[in-house]
Amino acid sequence: MDIAVCIKRVPDSETRVKIGSDGKSLDEAGVKFVLNPYDEFAVEEALQRKEKAGSGEVAVFCAGPAAAQETIRTALAMGADRGVLLQSDKIPADGYLTAQALAAELKTRTWDLILFGKMAIDDYNQQVGPMVAELLGLPCVTAVAHLEIDGGKGVAEREIEGGIEVVEFPLPAVLTADKGLNEPRYPALKGIMAAKKKPLEVKPVQLGATGGIEVVALTPPPQRKDGKIVGEGAGAVPELVRLLREEAKVL
Amino acid sequence: MTSVLAVVEQRAGTLRKISHEVVTAAHRLGGSVEALVCAAGPVKGAEQLGKFGADTVVTLTNAAFAKYAPEGMAQAIAERAKGGGYTAVVFAASATGKDLAPRVAAKLGVALAGDVTDVGVEGGAVVATRPVYAGKALLKVKVTGTPALLSVRPNVFTPVERPKPGAAEAIAVNVPVGRVVVREIKAAEAGALDVAEAQIVISGGRGLKEPANFKVLEDLAHAFGGQAAVGASRAVVDAGWRAHADQVGQTGKTVSPTLYIAVGISGAIQHLAGMRTSKVIVAINKDKDAPIFKVADYGVVGDLFEVVPKLTEEIKKLHG
Ligand SMILES: Cc1cc2nc3c(=O)[nH]c(=O)nc-3n(C[C@H](O)[C@H](O)[C@H](O)COP(=O)(O)OP(=O)(O)OC[C@H]3O[C@@H](n4cnc5c(N)ncnc54)[C@H](O)[C@@H]3O)c2cc1C
Ligand SMILES: Nc1ncnc2c1ncn2[C@@H]1O[C@H](COP(=O)(O)O)[C@@H](O)[C@H]1O
Repeated sequence: MDIAVCIKRVPDSETRVKIGSDGKSLDEAGVKFVLNPYDEFAVEEALQRKEKAGSGEVAVFCAGPAAAQETIRTALAMGADRGVLLQSDKIPADGYLTAQALAAELKTRTWDLILFGKMAIDDYNQQVGPMVAELLGLPCVTAVAHLEIDGGKGVAEREIEGGIEVVEFPLPAVLTADKGLNEPRYPALKGIMAAKKKPLEVKPVQLGATGGIEVVALTPPPQRKDGKIVGEGAGAVPELVRLLREEAKVL
Repeated sequence: MTSVLAVVEQRAGTLRKISHEVVTAAHRLGGSVEALVCAAGPVKGAEQLGKFGADTVVTLTNAAFAKYAPEGMAQAIAERAKGGGYTAVVFAASATGKDLAPRVAAKLGVALAGDVTDVGVEGGAVVATRPVYAGKALLKVKVTGTPALLSVRPNVFTPVERPKPGAAEAIAVNVPVGRVVVREIKAAEAGALDVAEAQIVISGGRGLKEPANFKVLEDLAHAFGGQAAVGASRAVVDAGWRAHADQVGQTGKTVSPTLYIAVGISGAIQHLAGMRTSKVIVAINKDKDAPIFKVADYGVVGDLFEVVPKLTEEIKKLHG
């Protein structure tokens, strides 16, 4: 089974967000970058599928700056066979541009599966996977939390409001991974050593600066009005209820 | 006059409530609003859309649209969008909308601003604001595509009544049966509200100590009479106490209810990512220094096993 996984380098979810001097981007000084958590589910799924099939390769693709080689090495340390960095200093806010670059690279050959994360935890776009699927004309299921594949057919489950949608699709297909799909493995020391020797190809790309999304400003979220401690213990409850009714007007 | 397409949703032939929010948001972009729904036949509740500002309500009908049909619906919507000279197409950032909108964007070759919490028009351009970096920053963007594609976060755009004709039209569309087919929907427990859609969310964390104790929160939810859902922190979902569908936060759901009650939850940044846009936040925690109190509008410091039953009692009195 040949599987491509698209992975993104993102700031760790604990990052303190400091806004850059342009007022439009994150100040990256001191920020720790990691493999996007949803992409860990995608890499893990690819590794398990390949192991089960007993043959094939898992290749990871990342559009990002030179430093994203480290992100690719993380996936290689988990067990992926090779990596491709589509090198670009800036990743545009318009996910369609990223999708076009990835699609152009992925279409040079066929894959049984192309896996993505459900979303990148920096831009929250939740779009690159299904856009690539459209560009490649492949069937796509997003936010997959459970997956079964038998021969050329798959059955995926995705959470919807108030239930679970059970979806059938043919392979080859594009899937985006949600939490719950599997438990991503931690790279073992052996894997980390092996990753250093695995192929990592770097190709410069132009991620068109002028997409359909123009950043106006990046700002801190509005400060929530200072809250108050109503009191301690069950004795504070009548006052809490009064405040919710009369001040907040939510009851 | 410009016009905006509001892509609304039905399930099992009934309009979903989030549709009112989509039409309300579309209205903010000026011009006339055409509400568009894909269905197998007439949609119950679609006639309501006029009340919220839809000039016309178009139903694209196809037998395959009885359930969500991603490929057929994306094609039908893209064709409609291409033909109509719309300035914008607005989707819900629901499970369906988040799947559908990027497909339509790629078919049209335009950008998509997803999961937005504010929209408007400035200097003739569509602008939108989206929470990024786990809600730790807001990104304001100009969406320059024609049409501009947006999806709106549930529970943020409070439906506004502004009566319009809401003239109904049904168009049978011919689209191929897609390769991706929804076989069935396994419904959650009957009557259970989804945390992403409930007006009131009561979430529990590790402070609940064991799974059976969530009964305390369920009792409180019942006291609110069917408008409340019970959510959870990741710690208790990972421990297997609660379903992942109930998880609030960065790797769970994003919720914006009118009232969010965090019980025995410390308030980790990844949890806050999922609930900080709630209108009113209440925290109940025995540790007065817990970070959750920093975002809470009202806090009660104390043992949840004493505070929550008392709250349930008081709410019952109100609703009694
Ligand atoms: C990449 C990543 C993604 C994540 N995504 C999410 C996510 O989506 N959602 C999420 O929630 N977390 C997420 N987390 C985990 C997050 O960092 C925290 O670990 C988690 O939210 C903690 O859960 P908790 O508040 O229930 O538990 P704890 O932090 O253990 O807090 C328990 C709280 O209960 C209080 N308490 C104990 N007993 C009582 C009592 N009797 N009465 C009252 N209060 C009591 C304690 O004072 C404490 O504050 C993520 C982490 C990472 C790294
Ligand atoms: N720059 C990128 N390089 C490789 N994959 C990406 C990139 N950006 C996004 N992706 C993939 O697309 C998914 C969704 O990202 P997004 O649409 O930005 O939320 C991610 O989880 C990755 O799998």
